[in-house]
Amino acid sequence: MMIFEGKAIKYGDNIDTDVIIPARYLNTTDPKELAEHCMEDLDPHFKEKVKEKNILVVGENFGCGSSREHAPIAIKASGINCIIAKSFARIFYRNAINIGLPIIELPEAVDKIKEGDVLKIDFTEGVVENLTTGEKFKTKPFPPLIQEIINKGGLINFAIEKARGEGL
Amino acid sequence: MGYTITEKILLKHSNNKEIAPNDLIFVKLDFILANDITAPLAIKEFKKIGVKRVFDTERIALVPDHSTPNKDIKSAQQSKEMREFAREQGIKYYYEVGRVGIEHALLPEEGLTLPGDCIIGADSHTCTYGALGAFSTGVGSTDLAYAMAFGEIWLKVPESLKFVYYGKLPKWVGGKDLILYTIGKIGVDGARYMAMEFTGEVIKNLPMSDRLTMCNMAIEAGAKNGIIEPDEITLEYIKPRAKRGYELFYSDKDANYKEVYEWDVSNLEPMVAFPHLPSNVYPVSEAVNKNITLDQVYIGSCTNGRLEDLRIAAKILKGHKVNPNLRLIITPATPNIYMQALKEGLIEIFLSAGATITPPSCGPCLGGHLGVLAEGERALSTTNRNFVGRMGHPKSEVYLANPAVAAASAILGRIAAPWEVEVKE
Repeated sequence: MMIFEGKAIKYGDNIDTDVIIPARYLNTTDPKELAEHCMEDLDPHFKEKVKEKNILVVGENFGCGSSREHAPIAIKASGINCIIAKSFARIFYRNAINIGLPIIELPEAVDKIKEGDVLKIDFTEGVVENLTTGEKFKTKPFPPLIQEIINKGGLINFAIEKARGEGL
Repeated sequence: MGYTITEKILLKHSNNKEIAPNDLIFVKLDFILANDITAPLAIKEFKKIGVKRVFDTERIALVPDHSTPNKDIKSAQQSKEMREFAREQGIKYYYEVGRVGIEHALLPEEGLTLPGDCIIGADSHTCTYGALGAFSTGVGSTDLAYAMAFGEIWLKVPESLKFVYYGKLPKWVGGKDLILYTIGKIGVDGARYMAMEFTGEVIKNLPMSDRLTMCNMAIEAGAKNGIIEPDEITLEYIKPRAKRGYELFYSDKDANYKEVYEWDVSNLEPMVAFPHLPSNVYPVSEAVNKNITLDQVYIGSCTNGRLEDLRIAAKILKGHKVNPNLRLIITPATPNIYMQALKEGLIEIFLSAGATITPPSCGPCLGGHLGVLAEGERALSTTNRNFVGRMGHPKSEVYLANPAVAAASAILGRIAAPWEVEVKE
C-alpha cells in the first residue's frame, strides 16, 4: 500500500532542474552528495525544513529544463517522500517514476494546501487528504503500465524481471 | 482520421496496429545517446539490470561534451567510467576529446540521426533531431539504461500542436527568433507533453541550421518533441552524411491537432528573452531601450554554435573590437565547425576583435566551466535557457538572443540591435 503522511513544504511554479540541483554539483552521482545541495539556489533553508516537512507541494511545470535524473534523486535523498504538483514537466515526471519517487498531479489540492499542513496521500486510490483542514481531493489513478513500474519500485526492477524472463 | 508525422513514426516503431494520443506504448529505438553527466548514472543503472551486452554497439553514442577537457577530478572520474564502459562494450560512437563536439550538433553532422528515426537521449535537447524529420526526445539516465539493455522504451503518444509561419523573414531574423517568439506566445509549459510541428512557407525556406535551432528549443515550451517534415533541404543535408538507411514521413492532411497556430512573421524582429524564463521575450528594439549593460556575451551551444551562426557573428564583428567592459566567448560546436571557421577566416575575425575561443563544449551554457558568471553579472547568450543560476551565480542574469544580436551587443557593451553596428564588408 502506497500511503504517505507528513507535513507540506511548499514552493511556486516553473521550478526548474537548475535550481533543484545546480550544474556545479553534477560531477557526482552519489545521492547523499546531491541531497546536500538540493534546492539551495531556491531556498537556502531547504535542508533544515525537510527535517520535519517531507511532502513537497509545488505549482505548475515542476522540474522543467534539463533531463538530469540527479534532480529527483537529490529530492528523494534529501528526505522528501513524495511530490504533489499542479503539473510536472515531462522528463521530470518520467524520471521520478523510473527512480521510484512517488508523484501526483492535483492542482485543486495544491491551491488549498498551506506550508506546514499535515497531509495523507494514498497513491493507489489517487487521494490527497489535508488532515489540517479536513479537505479531500481525488485524481485519476496512474495507467496500468505506470502502476506496474511504481509497484516494482522503479524501472530498473521492471528491467531486471524482463531480463530474467527473456534469459538475456 | 489521419496521423501526424509524430504519430506515424511512433506507430511504425511499435507493435500496435493503431495509436492515439495518450496511449502508452513501447517503441523500438533507432539511436540513443548520453553525455558525460548523464551516462555515468545510466551505466550504474545498466549494470544492475543483469544484461551483459548493450542491445547494439552501432546505435549508441556516448559523447563527453559537458565537462571536458575535464574541469576537475570528479568530472575526470565520470569521464573515465564512461570511456571504460564504451571500450568494454565496444560502443562504436564514443568521441574522445579532440574529436568530440556538442552532441546535438555533432550527431546530425555525423549522419547518425536520420529522418524517420525514433531517438531518445539522456539530454533534454535531444528534441533537436526533429529538424531532420525524426521523432526524438529527451529522457533521464534510468530510461537510457533500459534502452541500452533492450533497444526500446515506454512512451506516451503525444498530442500534436501545429505552428504555421507565413511571410518572409526580415534581415537578421532567423530560427532562434521564431522559436523565442513562439515560446513567448504559448509559455514555458504551452506545449507540455505535446509534439510541436513547425510548418508553413517560412519553414520550407528555412536553412537546416535554423531548423535545428527551432526544434532544439521545443523543450523550452515543455514539448516532448519538435518536428519538421522532411523536404529538399533535409535531403540535401542528409544525403552526403547518412550512415544508415532512412525513411521519410509526412503528416496526413486530415491529421488531428490539439491546436493550430498561424502567424505572419514578415515583421518579426530579433527577439531577446529576459531573465529568468525563455518565454519572457521582447523584440530587440524594445530591449535596446531598456539600456541593459553586459559583462559577458556568449556565442555557442547546441542552439547556436553552428557554422552558419559563426558566419553571422563574424559578419558583424569584422573590423570591430569587443567592448572593453565585457568578455566575448565563442564556442564552435564541433571540431569540423572549428576547422571550417578557421579556413573561412572567422576565427581570425573573432580573435582580432578580442574574443576568446573555447574548444567544443557545453560548459558555458550550463554554468559548468569556460565562462561561469559571478554574483550580479549579466550575460547575453545564444544558448537556450536563462533560468536562475543557469550560467553561474544564482544572482547572475542571462538574456537569450540570436548570434547577430549577440555580436552587436559584444561591440556596444549593452543589449544592441544588429543594425546599430556598421557591417564592414
